[in-house]
Amino acid sequence: MSLLSNLVFLGFIVLTVGSAIVVVFHSRVIYSAFALLFTLFGVAGLYVLLDADFLAASQVMVYVGGILILIIFGVFMTTKISGMEIPEITHQRFIALIPVGLMAFAISWVFISTDWQVQTFAAQPTTEAIGELLLTRYLVPFEMASVLLLAALIGAMRLARLFRGSDQQ
Amino acid sequence: MTPLTIYLLVATSLFCLGLLAVMTRKNAISVLMGIELILNSAALAFVAFGKYVVGNLDGQVAALFIIIVAAAEAAVALAIFLNLYRVKATTDLKQANMLKG
Repeated sequence: MSLLSNLVFLGFIVLTVGSAIVVVFHSRVIYSAFALLFTLFGVAGLYVLLDADFLAASQVMVYVGGILILIIFGVFMTTKISGMEIPEITHQRFIALIPVGLMAFAISWVFISTDWQVQTFAAQPTTEAIGELLLTRYLVPFEMASVLLLAALIGAMRLARLFRGSDQQ
Repeated sequence: MTPLTIYLLVATSLFCLGLLAVMTRKNAISVLMGIELILNSAALAFVAFGKYVVGNLDGQVAALFIIIVAAAEAAVALAIFLNLYRVKATTDLKQANMLKG
């Protein structure tokens, strides 16, 4: 890798992990939501560096354009205008750091100490190949995903209107 | 250190940060954001293995399905949180302690 691509790689890593730290530790939810935006963009950039162009585009469209907007709507609709926020700093944080730190150490140690059989494969454009895979080898998961999305669509609409509906009865 | 190890370490840190958010946050939406971090770390590990070890597109297809499941999960979770907010006027998870609310 050249120096420039190393710098870009490092920049995306810093963007991803740094904004993820803000997501976890900032005391206000809306700041966390906007930091999550940068985390998701950083992961999309890492996908580009991993030669996954279609996946990076779907990450930006689905996560940033869909899920994150939904989360920000959720924050706006469940926060009072007067600004009464749930206090987020808890004493559990310091207790939780111990098992999470142990887990981080264990996973990192496994990843570093394992001798991965790394090969280099030529980068290919992925969109056409993914489309073909989805309609051949992954046809059943693809159809199940469409049924899941339909069920989630209907279920979310039903749930969001549930309270009003039971109020009228 | 190979690039694969670096990607895996990034995925590890994302996973542990998401786990920390799930364990320590009180607001339900913050917990949902932690779950999104965990799902992203898993997808990143899939794609990294697909590029450096396996060499085909299976990892990317798995990551695509992770994105689909995350979208469905976020929609349903936010509908539940809106209901919780209508009933309890808060999204504090400590207040979400009743059944058939």
